[in-house]
Amino acid sequence: MANKVLMKGNEALAEAAIRNGCLNFFGYPITPQTELAEYMAKRMPKVGGLCLQAESEVAAINMVLGAAASGVRAMTSSSSPGVSLKSEGISYMVGCDLPCLICNVQRGGPGLGGIQPSQQDYYQATKANGHGDLHLYVLAPASVQEMVNLVGRAFDVADTYRTPAMILADGALGQMMEPVDFDAALSEKRELPEKTWATNGTKMQRKRNVINSLYMNPDDLEKSIIDRFERYKKIEENETLYEELYTDDADIVIVSYGITSRICKSAIEMARAEGIKVGLIRPITVWPYPKAAIAKAAKTAKHFLVVELNMGQMVDDVKVACECRVPVSFFGRTGGVLPTAEDVLAEIKKLNGGNK
Amino acid sequence: MPANIPYKTDKRIIIVSGHFGSGKTCVSVALALALKKAGKNVTVADLDIVNPYFRAADAEDLLTKNGILCINPEFANTNVDIPSLSANIQSIFATADSDRNSVAILDVGGDSGAAALGRFRHEIERIGYDMLFVASKYRPLTENAEMTVENIREIEVYSRLCVSHIVNNSNIGEETTLEYVENSFAYADEICRLSGLPEAFTSVVKRDFCDGLAKKYPTKNFFFIEDTTRKLF
Repeated sequence: MANKVLMKGNEALAEAAIRNGCLNFFGYPITPQTELAEYMAKRMPKVGGLCLQAESEVAAINMVLGAAASGVRAMTSSSSPGVSLKSEGISYMVGCDLPCLICNVQRGGPGLGGIQPSQQDYYQATKANGHGDLHLYVLAPASVQEMVNLVGRAFDVADTYRTPAMILADGALGQMMEPVDFDAALSEKRELPEKTWATNGTKMQRKRNVINSLYMNPDDLEKSIIDRFERYKKIEENETLYEELYTDDADIVIVSYGITSRICKSAIEMARAEGIKVGLIRPITVWPYPKAAIAKAAKTAKHFLVVELNMGQMVDDVKVACECRVPVSFFGRTGGVLPTAEDVLAEIKKLNGGNK
Repeated sequence: MPANIPYKTDKRIIIVSGHFGSGKTCVSVALALALKKAGKNVTVADLDIVNPYFRAADAEDLLTKNGILCINPEFANTNVDIPSLSANIQSIFATADSDRNSVAILDVGGDSGAAALGRFRHEIERIGYDMLFVASKYRPLTENAEMTVENIREIEVYSRLCVSHIVNNSNIGEETTLEYVENSFAYADEICRLSGLPEAFTSVVKRDFCDGLAKKYPTKNFFFIEDTTRKLF
């Protein structure tokens, strides 16, 4: 018998972080991610870690900056409006080359929006979560088990390349319960570089370390950015993840991530049962984007259909990746509304009718 | 005791409490349907003030179709992110006084969510109640008997009411095997021993497990509960 437990996505993210050596959590409550902070508050003291409810999201991300600078694995979580507040701190962490994990359990926006699930922060997460030339390593899990699997990877990539990493989830994944196996998730171990840069005391043995994002000389700043983009290139080469389903013979390839990809999978099975050849590319990293997989599928597919819980934020990424050689359509619901598998099937049929 | 009632009770208020995610709502819905079938006039009140998405209000169609009265917070499943309870909850106590054949099932929020009960405590105590505690070995914060009993005591403090029975609802959803069910019996027995509370029943999420279990463990009550959680895909 596998050693499975039943968990909410939010709890699973917290437990996975603890099991991957995260010792500091700083957060601020917001629906629909509050269970993550609540779980941390209960568990962290028992494992010798620290969970602190900050006075605001802005304070929480700056506490993460301080903790990460000292070399510990640190984390914060929030939902969309709270992540906007953290953007300044995230940019400072990029400027300081500090690793950390940020979880965004997305809800409807803009503004205060609503508390129901959405994927409206795709642009924010993949294009600019903060000012300056920057990227985050952004993972979009599609199940509670995958949330657990990806937390360890997010921390490892963050430590390896000295970058903040983000788990881009949504309210549905955060709130729903699925069986998870933690032992299965911990099997992959990486060699991590020593944190020689950490400000954890010289012990009179070395020169002092300074963590800073301010450069007096523009040439120095430019060099630090170019160095960082060299690391981004390595992340693109080594850390891009995606899942493919039925792409070999698919006329229509759906591109969808996170919770929406689960709805699409149901729709694809329904379409296949009716003899319509549909496949799926599911980006697991939304930055770096799995461009090569899209480009490859573009050689045989007749149509891409992007399905998201927003107004089509990923469409341009697909167009760029396939160099517009194949038409790219979009279907989505937004503002906290989820499409059904039948809704997606209807879109598939519209495209299929056009091909006949 | 009619075969389809999972445990013996003559109370007109049954509170379903537990750690969040322990399966309180599924137990409440199944219990409501069984009591209705046994001829009771059943009301289900959603007192959950902590859970934003998956809640008793999702099963409203099923319950209403079966002639069960539902009292839901006005803002359940909307974007109103504040703890609110329906004024109609007060009607439960009037019904309990006037209709001796009535049963109200109060589905409360997990952990600190049980605080919502406190304001109705005097009426609940006056009428008499059972308070079931839904326990699951496969939820990490109630994974052993000690942690579970600690959770029971917390909920009693929040609600200012006393738990009367344990419901063993140890499962991992769709993937539950017979082994998962049977491996939870020692856990439930230990909770009963530590807390001094009786087990009302063991709920089982797969109907085909029930007969075999009843034959193998003749002293235990097994009760099939359907997963009524809203499906997203």
